[in-house]
Amino acid sequence: MRKNLDVVTAYSIMMGLIILVGIFQSWNIALSIFNLCLISAVMTMGANIQWGYAGLINFGIMGFTALGGLAAVLISVNPVQEAWSAGGTNILLSLFLIIGIILAVRFVLKRYQKSRIRNYIIAAIIISGIITIRLVSEPGIEAIEEVNPARTGFLGGLGLPIIFSWIIGAFFAGGLAFVIGKVALGLRADYLAIATLLISEIVIAIIKHEDWLTRGVKNVIGLKRPAPYEVNLQETEWFINLVEKFNSGKLALISDLLERQEALNQFVIEGSSIFVKLCYSGLFLIVVIILLILTQKALYSPWGRMMRAIRDNEEAANAMGKNVVKQHLLIFVLGSAIVGIAGAMLVTQDGLFTPGSYRPLRYTFLIWVMVIVGGSGNNFGAILGGFVVWFLWIEAAPIGLYLVNLTTAGLDDTHFLKVHLIESVPYFRFLMMGVGLLLIMRYRPKGILPEKIEIK
Amino acid sequence: MDFVNALVLLLNYIFVPALTYGSQLAIGAIFVTLIYGILRFANFATGDMMSFGTMVAIFFTWYFQSIGLTLGFLPTALVSIPFAILFMGLYMLIIDKFVFKYYRLNKSPPVQLAMVSIGVMFVTQAVVRIIIGPSDRRFFDGEKFLIRANEFKEMTGLNEGLAIKSTQVITIVVTIILVSTLFWFLNKTKTGKSMKAYSDNEDLALLSGIDPKKIVMITWIIAAILATIGGVLYGLDKSFKPFTYFNNMLPIFAAAIVGGIGNPFGAFLGGYVIAFSEILLTYAYKKFFMYVLPESMEPDGLIQLLSTDYKFAVSFSILVIVLLYRPSGIFKGKIL
Repeated sequence: MRKNLDVVTAYSIMMGLIILVGIFQSWNIALSIFNLCLISAVMTMGANIQWGYAGLINFGIMGFTALGGLAAVLISVNPVQEAWSAGGTNILLSLFLIIGIILAVRFVLKRYQKSRIRNYIIAAIIISGIITIRLVSEPGIEAIEEVNPARTGFLGGLGLPIIFSWIIGAFFAGGLAFVIGKVALGLRADYLAIATLLISEIVIAIIKHEDWLTRGVKNVIGLKRPAPYEVNLQETEWFINLVEKFNSGKLALISDLLERQEALNQFVIEGSSIFVKLCYSGLFLIVVIILLILTQKALYSPWGRMMRAIRDNEEAANAMGKNVVKQHLLIFVLGSAIVGIAGAMLVTQDGLFTPGSYRPLRYTFLIWVMVIVGGSGNNFGAILGGFVVWFLWIEAAPIGLYLVNLTTAGLDDTHFLKVHLIESVPYFRFLMMGVGLLLIMRYRPKGILPEKIEIK
Repeated sequence: MDFVNALVLLLNYIFVPALTYGSQLAIGAIFVTLIYGILRFANFATGDMMSFGTMVAIFFTWYFQSIGLTLGFLPTALVSIPFAILFMGLYMLIIDKFVFKYYRLNKSPPVQLAMVSIGVMFVTQAVVRIIIGPSDRRFFDGEKFLIRANEFKEMTGLNEGLAIKSTQVITIVVTIILVSTLFWFLNKTKTGKSMKAYSDNEDLALLSGIDPKKIVMITWIIAAILATIGGVLYGLDKSFKPFTYFNNMLPIFAAAIVGGIGNPFGAFLGGYVIAFSEILLTYAYKKFFMYVLPESMEPDGLIQLLSTDYKFAVSFSILVIVLLYRPSGIFKGKIL
């Protein structure tokens, strides 16, 4: 127990802060912060595996998150039959063409020696392939997007429960990571950062503009939920009884029967949204705990030791016969897959998929702040980083407002400076993140909970 | 006649815009490449530093406008650039003293410095948004067009008009002056040569008596000049919005790497490579072919290689291809 005192203290303080929000603001806000903290924790675990275990910089977290979200859409939305019959064959044909091109290129690569002619042949195959794909897919895409554009206008998904998308999202993200890893992992660290950042922008561009697949910036709303709906809950017997039992003390104070009924209704409405959020918290907590157990096991396994050896001295590990390239690729895929799970969880919780909302600041750089602040290489640290940073990100506005009111107390309420500062309160979160990151990097470069290597 | 029309069309929609956009990217790319070559880290705060400089310039422009100082047909912002550079240089030196210096003296790995620059990015972004706000601001005044499309049509009797905005000409002229002075400074003066030496081999440069403090300071001042001018030119041509500036960092990075990072001349050309390929690949050539080809062969579709939505994606794909086949960039930068 003594050994893990810092971990326990840090987590208790964090939980205490969230409970304080529950008491002073509302339990609804506290729970939504908690849920997003859990999702951020999954993302940081993914980034931490890559950075903390293996020293790989992945600035493409945004792209993997978005792919996870796309998986949620493709799994849960009901298929749009009309769209399939309108343009499905063209799309399938294009898909086969893409596979054909890849096979042809691989064949050429294998069959012929490296030469200038081979490069030209490959270029010719790819260019002609792209032209045919465009010719084939264009009419199909147009037909699909014309099917009831206000409501669908895309192919839809498989109509399965959305929970499955958490696994599929991991596969999507892992698949992309495999391709990126094959291409970019040989680069030096800061180049890898820039390359992944730009590749994730390409992914977002595709998701935003291929309306036939994702509905693009028209967004997909009303995704299925793994949790009950508030409206249904408010009408179920057992739930009303449960709420009554919880609030019996408060209700007993009200003598008037009509008033009491009204108060109960209010409690039920509040209670239903809290209950739904609790359902999500439970699901997310399960994911976080499973991942934590797996990553902890991996960290202390021979494989984890090998990863640290590779991170600390690549040449030496290579000389000892460890395949650095293969292990880097593996860990890049694994970490990205975890980020993909988080992406699917995020869309599941929101119930909507908005490609326009994926911005590098929120989904890449903020996650990196979490990893650095929490403590890279330490899973508990990474999770804590997700909690602390997300908590501050949300609570920065109230704190900023309080500070502004405090410092400008002497000024008139209509003074231009005060009005301006109050208007710009939302941006104090950037300031807080930046200053926090700089301070941590300078005075505690290993994060709040630094990496501890115990040899068992 | 048709052929001339087609040429004017390309000039109007491809050549002039790409040259302007390329110049703006080129200035930013030289900024990135200088920081990378001499201070040895990828500066993720590039876009936000540019927006900080532009913000200061906007305030000076507003002040000059309020006291009635204008340049006639030229935008007032040009007068405010030197003042903005002073502020920007001060800001850069303060950041360096309080943030980057510590890591430089400790010989931290470049990755750590890049992370620190993300912290600087957050802070700068916050400062800009708190002071001027996140909304779109135009600060252009003076004559908007050098040649209007209608005037050109009347003048030449062609079907196609050629519109040249004064901001486009200003951008190109200022870029030429700035870049040629910079290259003269880097290649001909003693300080410039010692900067190059420091970039090539730090230890040898120190041995031969080059003062690292001076080199670093001069690098930040040049960076301030580049960031401010690049930012103001972009803001004059389009408009000033902090978010767009942050996003511009990505094509700027692409330009710097495509040109070979650490190599200023490569970065300069890289800007144009990125700009021209973005515009060439996303332009709809239908009208061009209508002029060039005989009527019977007129195309049906738009003849567009990629939809304009993928404008940014084009530059990133070029970057990926370059990284794959020639990681040191088209014009040999630092060996990676």
